[in-house]
Amino acid sequence: MRITKRSLLVSVDGEAAVKDALKLLSTRVEQPARRAFLQRSLTLGGLAMLSGCSITSDAGVETALESISRFNDRVQGWLFDPTRLAPTYADSMITRPFPFNAYYGEDEIREIDGDAWRLEVAGLVSDKRRWALSELAELPQQEQITRHICVEGWSAIGKWGGVPFAHFLKRVGADLSAKYVGFKCADDYYTSIDMATVLHPQTILALSYDGQVLPSKYGYPVKLRMPTKLGYKNPKHIQAIFVTNTYPGGYWEDQGYNWFGGS
Amino acid sequence: MTALTAPMNATRTASIHPGWLRAAHWLNAVAVLVMVASGWRVYNAAPLFAFRFPREITLGGWLGGALQWHFAGMWLLFINGLVYLALNLISGRFGRQFLPLTAHDLWRDLRAVLRGRLAHADPRTYNGLQRAAYLFVIADIALLVVSGLVLWKSVQFPLLREAMGGYDGARLVHFFAMAALVAFVAGHLVMVALVPRTLIAMIRGR
Repeated sequence: MRITKRSLLVSVDGEAAVKDALKLLSTRVEQPARRAFLQRSLTLGGLAMLSGCSITSDAGVETALESISRFNDRVQGWLFDPTRLAPTYADSMITRPFPFNAYYGEDEIREIDGDAWRLEVAGLVSDKRRWALSELAELPQQEQITRHICVEGWSAIGKWGGVPFAHFLKRVGADLSAKYVGFKCADDYYTSIDMATVLHPQTILALSYDGQVLPSKYGYPVKLRMPTKLGYKNPKHIQAIFVTNTYPGGYWEDQGYNWFGGS
Repeated sequence: MTALTAPMNATRTASIHPGWLRAAHWLNAVAVLVMVASGWRVYNAAPLFAFRFPREITLGGWLGGALQWHFAGMWLLFINGLVYLALNLISGRFGRQFLPLTAHDLWRDLRAVLRGRLAHADPRTYNGLQRAAYLFVIADIALLVVSGLVLWKSVQFPLLREAMGGYDGARLVHFFAMAALVAFVAGHLVMVALVPRTLIAMIRGR
């Protein structure tokens, strides 16, 4: 009871204050246009003060921004040219040391036992048997020196080698007309990408970095490397790959990063 | 005599800025505010230089939120900018208001403003300094859009990317074009404060 009364009092006070100020203004500011302008801005300011709501945390604003982000996914899908290659660089241009980046610190990097590790393949594929690292190494390999662009804005040039992802998916009999390919990782990271990018010639299941076995900090035993997408779309320590028509989202994407995340 | 004065009176009461221009101006003001404030938050995630923008004057809260604002605001900035340019060209306002721009006029008005004696006798006509400033900010926003497109889609636009000096070059172009835009806005606001009726004209039209 008391609480209701008090909150009522506060709002009445606020309204009264705005009204008083408006009265003062109307007598002091004679120019009608100026008065109208000041009145409007004062009312807006008063409104924000009374409701105490912040524009960025408003649920309606968040929903609107989220749907524009979905629209931007479609625009990017439309802009994406499946044959356009990302620029490649000379060996001498590789960034050394190549920066480590993850949602956790460098001291929390997962150490995976490569001998025991098996890659799971699930969803819309005909061959669901698990792959050992040595079996992946026997598939055709490709090397690339490309620019890794982080969503934060920085970029670094690195050299990755591995199996062209389109080759791997054809090999396991994946439904290449499906919408998404999702990834579950040993570091509890997860993400998903569009089929057009899956089939891009520079999208590889990377097994090596700079001519060496992929080090733990860059995603041992396997990471997906795509120079056509931002860093957070390139999962490390991949445990399972699944082909699906149901939107799988992603670790960062579910928090607000753009899903397509392509460059 | 009456034949001469009648049209003059007509132009005096007619609006200085047509409605579409005022709408475009204020929509652009909102877009620029959103783009700059969210862009500063994005900049803070990986600063190009040895400073960060104070959190309080940025928009989005965190990088993901700032990017959502930035990639929503870009549509307002881009589409409104296109409509503005198209209507300016179709109506002939562009040629009327911004041209001709001569180095002589610019120099004369620049000296006048430095001596605090720049005349705004007729708000319908832009002086040399105004013409230069408005043409500059149109070009600057176009540069922001193009360099932003390279940052967003650097693989898909190889020609633009190379024109900007690569991805890293585009970051620098985008930053300095932003700085130039902010400098313009600062100067613009100072001029509005000095000649307040220009603000009224941009709200009411006259």
